[in-house]
Formats: sequence, structure tokens, C-alpha cells
Amino acid sequence: MSADTSAQPGAPSVSEAPARPAETQRDKALRLFSVDARMLALLGVLVAICVVGYITRPDAFLTQSNISTMLRLAAAIGVVSVGMTFVIIGGGIDLSVGSMVALCSVWMTTLATQSYGPVVMIVCAVAVGAGCGLVNGVLIAYGRVVPFIATLAMYVSARGLAERISNGQTQVVRETGFTSPLRGSLIGVPVLIWIFAAVVLVGWIVLQRTTFGRRTLAVGGNPEAARLAGIDVRRHTTLLYIIAGVCCGIAAIMVVARTTSGASTNGQLYELDAIAAVVIGGTLLAGGRGSLIGTLIGVLIFTAVGNVFTLNNLETDIQNIAKGAIIVVAVLFQSLRFRRGRTGATGSG
Amino acid sequence: MTVSVGRRGFLLGGAALGAGAVLTACTSNTPDDPPANSGANVAAGAGDNAQPGKAVTIGFSAPAADHGWIAAITRNAQAQAGQFSDVTLKATEGTNDVNQQIAQVETLINDKPDVLVILPFDGKALTEVGKQAMAAGIPVVNLDRIFDSPLAYRTWIGGDNYGMGVSAGNYIAAQMKAKGVSSPVIGEVAGIDSLPLTQQRSQGFKDALAANGFGVGPRVAAEFTVESGERQTSNLLQSAGKLDALWNHDDDQGIGVLAAIDAASRSEFLMVGGAGSRNAMDLIKADSGVLKATVLYSPSMASSAIALGRLIAQAKGMGDLVENEVPASITTYSAVVTKDNVDDYLSIGFQS
Repeated sequence: MSADTSAQPGAPSVSEAPARPAETQRDKALRLFSVDARMLALLGVLVAICVVGYITRPDAFLTQSNISTMLRLAAAIGVVSVGMTFVIIGGGIDLSVGSMVALCSVWMTTLATQSYGPVVMIVCAVAVGAGCGLVNGVLIAYGRVVPFIATLAMYVSARGLAERISNGQTQVVRETGFTSPLRGSLIGVPVLIWIFAAVVLVGWIVLQRTTFGRRTLAVGGNPEAARLAGIDVRRHTTLLYIIAGVCCGIAAIMVVARTTSGASTNGQLYELDAIAAVVIGGTLLAGGRGSLIGTLIGVLIFTAVGNVFTLNNLETDIQNIAKGAIIVVAVLFQSLRFRRGRTGATGSG
Repeated sequence: MTVSVGRRGFLLGGAALGAGAVLTACTSNTPDDPPANSGANVAAGAGDNAQPGKAVTIGFSAPAADHGWIAAITRNAQAQAGQFSDVTLKATEGTNDVNQQIAQVETLINDKPDVLVILPFDGKALTEVGKQAMAAGIPVVNLDRIFDSPLAYRTWIGGDNYGMGVSAGNYIAAQMKAKGVSSPVIGEVAGIDSLPLTQQRSQGFKDALAANGFGVGPRVAAEFTVESGERQTSNLLQSAGKLDALWNHDDDQGIGVLAAIDAASRSEFLMVGGAGSRNAMDLIKADSGVLKATVLYSPSMASSAIALGRLIAQAKGMGDLVENEVPASITTYSAVVTKDNVDDYLSIGFQS
């Protein structure tokens, strides 16, 4: 799907190639270094939280069951954040992820869907997510609606549709063909964690090792330049929102497996949690630069904070204050880094 | 080139349409064998009050049916109105927008019904419009979330949040004593902590346990959703390696709480639910897991509110009471539903 776009007059694949090395030669070392420093700082935060957890509850924190509980809880929001990372790097934002999770979870657990068995339930969730993402993407890329507004509309209407379909009720999954395998373990590790790991791995490969990933950076960094370089920016943007939608579908499957039910109240505030994880992970909200590993650490930080606070029987309000403080500190750090990076790279447009 | 794109577009479009059609078929929620009990609670009038009287129009306004409990409130109101041949119910579309609900109630007032039954989304915000209705000579039955001023309603009927906590605490304390556990670890999965109703429930629970010489151990606050219930309980179970009892405020989020307990393979404690959903009652009846009881906060109060509204409009009192009028305030009792009495309560269990 990549190089065939060379039909662009006078702009063969050259445009993608030479523009970059000229810039990267000077910046690459510096950028790599800055990313690494940020990543180290993030890891430091995570380690610090874990140390606090271990000191305050040595009996409970570093047990196998607690770690697997944390990862299991991080799985759904983590997968959503992977999709969000793609969208934000591509210069957009998706406020509708939580609502899409709700809609997918409801749609896949209606009595009609359940009657077709687990495979259809899973396909249904992914298809509904992809469909919502497609609508978002087309509105934004072809309809020229601002991402904030288009996904805000989806945020409202997807949850509305979820309430409509479920009639405001919690739909319990009776289909054990779905719950048993997904709630189970594989080689001692919960299946949900395997899925989470697979999504992160695939996302990382796509972002770091494929043309698609490089194009995503290009589209987010400078859409006009990307267009002149022969990238079909509109199609690419649409695909990014579809990826976010598919991730929501996968997350919905995880939530349904975890809670054994689908409800229109699922996925509440996922958009904020995901954006927060992406941003503290070092992805620029303006797009064009970002890291999936950073997002992963961001998600783990928030999950660990929640866990450590509960282990110490602290109230949720304190927990929220701590979350807010972490976001501010991480973003401040990032903007400092970014400014330094900028000044170092003066001259390269 | 154009041809191939056209064909691809056609195929993609066709596939999308087909997928859409298949997916649409998946939104049906009609069970193959509908349960005999639709989950609505109705009561026939007793004694003289059962006889049809003056025709009564009741205006009804409630928040959006976005979760099981509120959905049951609206269903119950409609079912109860349907029971009376002399009652016409004018229900507005439920909304969580305070301004919209005010507008709806104002529209109802203009229609001049005989009585209004209002479950406000926010009692404070709708107090004025309640006063307005009373001033216009329309008695208001305030359902559950109370108005700020008694001037805004003729009668209030609602649940007892503090009493729920007390019932749960007393039941758990009795169970602990029966088992001879001297210093039990008692956990609590609350609802949204910033809401007064959650604070009252927790206070009642704490007070009742304290009266028995016990205290609340690990405590988390969920958000009345299945997902938050599962998340918070997963962490709570990690915090407490061993529990003796657990009170969960809300059976809606209880589905998630039970999923977390199941995922952690824990069964050493007994659990008490809250509100009284049909799902929870079925589990209590089956007696197969940790859920042994639930304390009521039943949406059947909506049925009672309609019945009260009818009596007020017809200027009748309540059957067994001496007074000629309906009382100004009625608090429903938070009964403890256990395996022994669950059969009596199954009919008021609401679909969560």
C-alpha cells in the first residue's frame, strides 16, 4: 500500500528520502538522547511508585498475583492508549474512545450477538470499533471537521447509542465460550495480558519499523509537507482513526471479559486516561513525534498509583490529586526537554 | 487504474454494507424465552382505596434511564399507573440535564395534572420548580432525591441510605458473631464518595459495626459502574490477603465486584450487596458463591409514589393508618434479603 502513490507528477519517492537525512543527521543523536532521557525519567517515576508500594506493603505489592492484577487492569486502557498514540502522533485527537468502548461492549453482548457465539462477539466488537473509527476518520479527513469536534460528536452519540441498545441495563455474558478462555491464563499469565502485550508489540512494530509508521510521523509533523511528499494524507488520517476504533473494540472485549458484562457505562473517562498516558509518555499533543513505549510506561504508572493507594487504604480523592500532579510534572519535564531540543536544532525548519 | 479503484471501492462498499446489515441484526435484545416476570412491581390498592375513584392525571418526571435502578423506577411508575383504571400517567422523556428537567416539569405544570411525581436529577436545582407546582395548586410527590424545602412537595417518599448501611453492618456483625470471629476484617466497596448518599451509607455501616465492637477495614470507592467495581475490588482483594466480610453498596456495580472476586479465586468471606437487583437475588437464592445477602434500596418506591399520588389527588388516606391524609414523608425500610426470605423479594428485584 506504500510506494505505488508515485503517480504524483514529478515527485517520485525521492521526496520522502532526502528531506529526512538532511535533518536527521544533525538531530538524530540529539533526539535519540532526549527521548532516552525522557524515557529514563518516566521509568524512574514508575520505579519510584513501585518502591513506595513495596516499602508500604512489602507483603502484598510485589506478589505475583498483585502484579498480574495490575497488568490485567492496565490492559484495556493500555490498548486504548496504543490507538490514541497513533492518532495523536498523526496530529489528531480522539475524545470518543471511552464511548466507543462502551458501544462495542454493549453491541457485542446483546442477546442476539451472544447467540452467535464467542467468535461473532469478538468480530462484532472489532467491527463496531472500526466502523466508529471510520466515521471519525472520514468526518475529519474528508469532511474537514476539526478532530476535537468530530470525536466530541462521536463521544456523545456512541454512548447514546450504547444506552439505546442496552436500554440502560447491564448485559451479563452467559456465553461461557467467551468468558472461560478470556478470563483464563496461558502459561501462568492471564490471557488479557498476552493480548495487551501483542497489541503493544504490533503497534510498536508498525510505528517504528514500517512505512506506515514513518508516514504517521510525517502526517502529524507537517501534513502539507507530507502531502507534497506524495502521502495520501486524508486516507492515512482516516486509517489512524480506524486503528483507534479497532483498539477500542479490543479494549471492549477485555472489559467484557473482566466484568463478565457489557454496559453503556463502560469506558468512562478512558479518553482522559488515555490522553494523559500518551502525553506523559512523551508524545507531543501537537503530533509529529511520540513513543509507544512511553505510552506503555504512562499507563503502567497510573495503574500502579491506583494499586499502591488502594493497598494503603487511601481514598480516591488523594489518588486523583496524585494523578494530576504526575501529569503536570511529566508534561513540564517534556516541554523543558522539547524547548532544549528546539534550540539545539535551530536552522532545520 | 480508475477501473480497479472503482471495483475496489465497490467491493469495499459492498462489504461495509453487508457488515453493517449483519451488525444491525446484532442489536436485538429480545430474549428467546421472555421471563414471566417483567421486573415491574405493582400493588393493587387495599380496601376501599382499591375502588376506582375520581379520574386522576399524574405527571411524571425522572432522570434518564441510564442504569438499571432508574430504568426500573420509570418502568415501575408506568406499570403501577397501568394498574389503576382511574389513573392517566403523563411521563416525560428522562433527562440528566437539570435545565431540561425543569422545562419538562414546567410543561407538565401548564398541562394542569392533578398531581406530579418528580424524581429530580438534582434535588436542589429542582426545588424552585417544585414550589412553582405547589403554588399552582398541584401537589408534588417528591421521589427519593429530596427537594431543599418542604414547601416544594406535598409528600416525600424515598429510600434510607443511612439505614442501608446500618442493615448491612448489623447483618455482617451478626454473622461474624455467629461464626465466632473475634476481630474480623470487614471490607467495603462504596459508590461515588462525593455523593451524600454514599457518605450516609458508609456512615451507617461504620456506626452499626462500631455498635457491635467491629470496624471497617479496607475500603475502596467505585463509581456505580460494573467496570469501576471490578477495578476497585481487584485492587482491594490484593490489599487484603484475607477477608471475613465485604459490603458492596450497589448491585449494579456488584456484577463487576463479583467478577473480580471470581478472577482472584477468593471465597473465604461472605459478601453483602446493596439495592436489591434481580441478578443479586438470584445469586443469593442459588447460594453458590460469596454473595449471601443484599440490603434493599428498592425502585419499587416509584410504584408507591404513583399510588400515593393517586390517593392525594382523590383526597384519601392510607388504608391502615388512622389519619385522613397521606403522610408528608415516607422512608422505605432497608430490609436484608437472605436465602431464607429471598422468595418474598424476588418480585421487586430489578434488572440491573
